[in-house]
Amino acid sequence: MLPKWFDKWNADNPTNIFGPAILIGVLGGAVFAAVMIIAWGNPAQTASLQTGPRGTGMSVPEFNVVRRAADPTIEDYYTEEPYIPEGGEDLAKDIYENVQVLGDLTEDNFNRVMNAMTQWVSPEAGCAYCHGDGDLETYGEDTLYTKVVSRRMIQMTQNINESWDGHVNANAQVGVNCYTCHRGQNVPSEVWFRITPVNASAEGWTANQNRATSLSQSTSLPSDALEKYLLEGETIAVHSLESREAGMPGVDGYASIQDTERTYSLMNYFSNSLGVNCVFCHNSRAFYEGAEVTPQWSTASLGILMVQELNTDYLVPLRDTYPEDRLGPIYADAPKAACKTCHKGYQQPMQGMNVIADWPELATTEAPVYE
Amino acid sequence: MLPEYQNIFTQVQVQGTPEWGMDDAGNNMMDERVGKPFFNTLAGLFGNGQIGPYYWGWTSMVAFGTGLAWFFIVGFNMLAQVGWSIPQFIRQLFWLALEPPSPEYGLTMPPLNDGGWYIIASFFLLISVMTWLLRAYLLAEQHKMGKHIFWGFAAAVWLFLVLGLFRPILMGSWSEAVPYGIFPHLDWTTAFSIRYGNLYYNPFHCLSIVFLYGSVLLFCMHGGTILAVTRYGGDRELEQIYDRGTATERAALFWRWTMGFNATMEGIHRWAWWFAVLTPITGGIGILLTGTVVDNWFIWAQEHNFAPMYDGSYGYADYGSYEAFIGKEN
Repeated sequence: MLPKWFDKWNADNPTNIFGPAILIGVLGGAVFAAVMIIAWGNPAQTASLQTGPRGTGMSVPEFNVVRRAADPTIEDYYTEEPYIPEGGEDLAKDIYENVQVLGDLTEDNFNRVMNAMTQWVSPEAGCAYCHGDGDLETYGEDTLYTKVVSRRMIQMTQNINESWDGHVNANAQVGVNCYTCHRGQNVPSEVWFRITPVNASAEGWTANQNRATSLSQSTSLPSDALEKYLLEGETIAVHSLESREAGMPGVDGYASIQDTERTYSLMNYFSNSLGVNCVFCHNSRAFYEGAEVTPQWSTASLGILMVQELNTDYLVPLRDTYPEDRLGPIYADAPKAACKTCHKGYQQPMQGMNVIADWPELATTEAPVYE
Repeated sequence: MLPEYQNIFTQVQVQGTPEWGMDDAGNNMMDERVGKPFFNTLAGLFGNGQIGPYYWGWTSMVAFGTGLAWFFIVGFNMLAQVGWSIPQFIRQLFWLALEPPSPEYGLTMPPLNDGGWYIIASFFLLISVMTWLLRAYLLAEQHKMGKHIFWGFAAAVWLFLVLGLFRPILMGSWSEAVPYGIFPHLDWTTAFSIRYGNLYYNPFHCLSIVFLYGSVLLFCMHGGTILAVTRYGGDRELEQIYDRGTATERAALFWRWTMGFNATMEGIHRWAWWFAVLTPITGGIGILLTGTVVDNWFIWAQEHNFAPMYDGSYGYADYGSYEAFIGKEN
């Protein structure tokens, strides 16, 4: 097929072309990749949030594609400015029957809040989700569990904004309202239930770990961290605060390796809930060292206490109010909250958007204060 | 010509009648060897092309028997944990583990399903490893060799014994031992460092890292040097040791001109051996001191002026803002 002189020349001049071909291919490929990265930009580019002195590894890195993407639920957020009362209006508790919370609101503001709650929690079912299909006259009845739960949730929201100001308004006024957890869903995402033991054929610590579960963040760490620390209030800290401390593992507060793994599991949950790493709160050298933590450590510590209170005082007692299909799949326990229920993977829920400025009614357990 | 000397694999293989070794000093080595020897060209690229025979002996028998007992106890415990489902066993294999007993049992014998099987498995593993160590000694003796390989393996066994036997006994609890599982043993490693205040401030951990990375570096320097002088017969190291030729001269000159000092054809092997054995020896000392003598290595390091203090603020607010980080403001 090829000319004779070509074949003859090749036969007379045997040359290994594979070596040079591979070399040129590799170099050429590298040059091409480099040019493309320069021309189109590095798809895996990261940025870092510095959290401490230089040279100590104190930074939270994140991919730009994730970092710059807006939380998609922000777009669907509904808000409406309050109607400033002029004084003398009839209040909701006088107009409607059985108003146990939000009774001090004027009619306009009361309906404004009711409408917003519908947008935030039950945009599809609407008012009927809590009030049923009856006429307006029946709206005072407590026949549906959803209404009873909503009332408690309003009290919870007011309590969070009032008593846990140090957590929810730590850096700037952000606050929480129903949408912070619900995001347009009847049941918020990232609620949790008890699931341990996860291993029926063993007892003790073996039974609580070594399974890829939602509560172990798919690691082999213990799956009972949220339950033990955010519900039962066990001690999270595991370190010895002296260079030498006598003790037996697991006895009288001398933490065992297993305790440490459970704490690590909780910390792992924190990291995933906020999309951060250890040094967002801790220093890189000594996790326990109170003198070298970031201000976020204090905010998070308050958050732990807050979640404990929310679970103990508000969420767990509602267990008997819920129908069966709202309870946990294994122990039929009430759905519970933790960091991710609000944060949804972001450092600040809805990336720090102020969700309380328009809703003074939800900011306090007292009568609302309008500016 | 050039590329022929730039080899990575062994290019010359000798294949003929298999080598059976000697049976000279009244020992019965011939009797206890199993497997019909054969040649494998692929294996010859990496090492000697001859496969087998294998010296069996009572040590090998005991080590394999008890080792398999350990392996099957661990494996069947994992299988039981997934309800005897093979697909689940494969799917969750990296997560599964045979865990040591819970802390409340201390050094007593726990129930089988809370660490009892772990104790039994560990007992078999102990016999297996120690017998294999003995085998390294006996084989070296039969070959009238030095016991360097035995001592090298003994250094690794020291670390193994510290982790699973000495330290748990000193701590008064088998719960401190390392779980038998892929991810779980890594969880243990992380938790161990966290619990005892950051193992990086343990000076013996520092030494162990130095010797580990040093071993890697020395291995690479030595391997590279010898491959680079194979064209002058440098790969025949033993001949070069007692009759130094141009390969040795060039290799020595290269390093002396590079860094002012060079090892010798013989001495480089002492460097490599010491670096290798000191890695687990120092590491084992560090582990043994942790929780028994020192419970917080960072505080210990501060007390001994070993951990520096850093001036500067903590928290991102002093370096920027969250809004700027997520691109909402510049």
